[in-house]
Amino acid sequence: MIVADRKPLTEILKMIEAEKKILIVGCKGCVTVCNTGGLKEVEILAASLGIARKKENSALTIDTTIIERQCDNEYVAQLSETVNDYDAVLSMACGVGPQFLSEAYPDQKFFPAVNTTFYGGAVAHGIWEERCAGCGTCIIHDFEGLCPIARCAKSLLHGPCGGSSQTKCEINPDTQCIWDLIVSKKMELGKLDDLLGVRELRDWRSARDGGPRRSIREELTQ
Amino acid sequence: MRLSYPSEIKVLQVPCTGRVDILHLLKAIEDGADGVYVAGCLEGECHYLTGNIKTKKKVTYVKQLLEEIGMEPDRVEMYNLSSAQGGRFAEIAREMTEKIRQLGPTPIKN
Amino acid sequence: MSDLKSGSNLEKVLTAGHFAFTGECGPPKGANVAHLVEKFQHLKGNVDAVNITDNQTAVVRMSSLAASHLMVHEGMEPNFQMVCRDRNRLAITADILGAQALGIKNMLCLSGDHQTFGNHPQAKNVHDIDSMQLIKLVTTMRDKGTFANGEKIDVRPRLFVGAACNPFADPFDYRVHRLAAKIGAGADFIQTQCIYNMDKFREFMRRAVDMGLHEKCYILAGVTPMKNVGMANFMRKFVPGMDVPDTVIKRLKGVEKKDQAEEGIKFAIEQVEEFKEMEGVAGVHMMAIEWEHKVPEIAERCGVLPRPLV
Repeated sequence: MIVADRKPLTEILKMIEAEKKILIVGCKGCVTVCNTGGLKEVEILAASLGIARKKENSALTIDTTIIERQCDNEYVAQLSETVNDYDAVLSMACGVGPQFLSEAYPDQKFFPAVNTTFYGGAVAHGIWEERCAGCGTCIIHDFEGLCPIARCAKSLLHGPCGGSSQTKCEINPDTQCIWDLIVSKKMELGKLDDLLGVRELRDWRSARDGGPRRSIREELTQ
Repeated sequence: MRLSYPSEIKVLQVPCTGRVDILHLLKAIEDGADGVYVAGCLEGECHYLTGNIKTKKKVTYVKQLLEEIGMEPDRVEMYNLSSAQGGRFAEIAREMTEKIRQLGPTPIKN
Repeated sequence: MSDLKSGSNLEKVLTAGHFAFTGECGPPKGANVAHLVEKFQHLKGNVDAVNITDNQTAVVRMSSLAASHLMVHEGMEPNFQMVCRDRNRLAITADILGAQALGIKNMLCLSGDHQTFGNHPQAKNVHDIDSMQLIKLVTTMRDKGTFANGEKIDVRPRLFVGAACNPFADPFDYRVHRLAAKIGAGADFIQTQCIYNMDKFREFMRRAVDMGLHEKCYILAGVTPMKNVGMANFMRKFVPGMDVPDTVIKRLKGVEKKDQAEEGIKFAIEQVEEFKEMEGVAGVHMMAIEWEHKVPEIAERCGVLPRPLV
């Protein structure tokens, strides 16, 4: 899923410093799963901002709510009755959420309360890791189910580089060298030859390099 | 044991400190408490195994949040003791009260 | 390996069967041409070609292309290094054509140290292609006269193409295969990362010779003389993929601080002597970075002077 981290409180406070009445909207999608923008986190943010503003003697009314997903207009529409009653709205959804909200409610100010980071999954309770770079041309089957584009710091297709040390990446001793894993797996399976040719240059057009992307299911459009 | 502890303290009982949530601590501060502390079992002796360990992490998190917004992190604290340690309970109460006295009343005005 | 691909001095030295001796020089962190040219003079005549580094360790310096051109102007031969970290295939191709136009005849293809090591860690990562693909790209331009997209090139680059190899990175068992892959991609010569663990390197070369790689490509062993034990410890702890054994540290510690540089040079000379006899090793790449003024003395004591005129 999409992983995000809450912005520093000082940054959020700066965003809303002139406001007197705000709404914080959570999302039951990805940000709930990564414990960043679910109902609990919305309340925690509300309490934190409340404490900060009360400390400065600067009145701030904070309402909280959550919708199923901020990336579907059917759910975004559920906010229509109340969304314009506020000076500003903080969205705790990933970067997609506040943009959908802005488009649906052009007269309101929406601030992102989180920094959206990567596509990943929970490897342990409380720990999420990046697995996919959204490159648009998935080739993980060539690498025994491991992605070098997302998981190699240099996106090498013929790694590992000379900095791979004791299964770790040169940039961080906590970062797995994905190429060490790929090579080990290939060697185990007797498929080392797969790695010895030179791969064609990648077509990055399917990635963000080709411009903002769009996906259409013709059979579903009305 | 009939030991006395400062009257400034309001005790809230929970079956295990693991029940205590980040929001409970934050709300207490937001509503004007000068300090909040959690008294749980000694580490390794939680009656529900790891409730106190989990809450220790929550307390650390709340301290970080408070620090981020310019509030003294020491207003929130975690202590560990066994249910047999009546004397220690009173001692912790006095310790925390003294600490909060040093910090002064909460800057929060409701 | 019979017809000359570039006619470079390095290529001629190696094809004639001489033991090659290359050097290295880092461009300045500015545009101080005079200082750079002064550094060149120490190397002139003492090495067959000089590697010009490309934003090495992601620290911004004068471009390798410009510095290489300055070297050509001084009547010396550069080995123009190019990393994949900072430029996409358009810029890469443009720079290769530029190198040919500026009289540069050798090129080393590298992935590049990650930018977090350098002085602009905030920069965007490029890595459009990797070093393996770069080797193929430039040799295709040279041998087939086509760009990566298949279009024809009017005047092709004639470059002697090299690649790097680190026998000390992990996984060790894979390193010789990756070397084979680079040779398969078209590398004419290889320069290894600097060597301190001689046992490991001997084993690596044994495997490389076993696979006949030395017959397909010229392998140059990398040597960097240690200036003192501080440098040895630094390299051991902070340079990824570097293998500095305890024996080397002990040896340097075993002498007075003022004698450590001499001890480091002595070790380097011993290494060069062994490489001269080692099967599969076609030469030495001496990386006396920021110690260029020592190169004439080191070359003399290694017994590699005078350099062959080919």
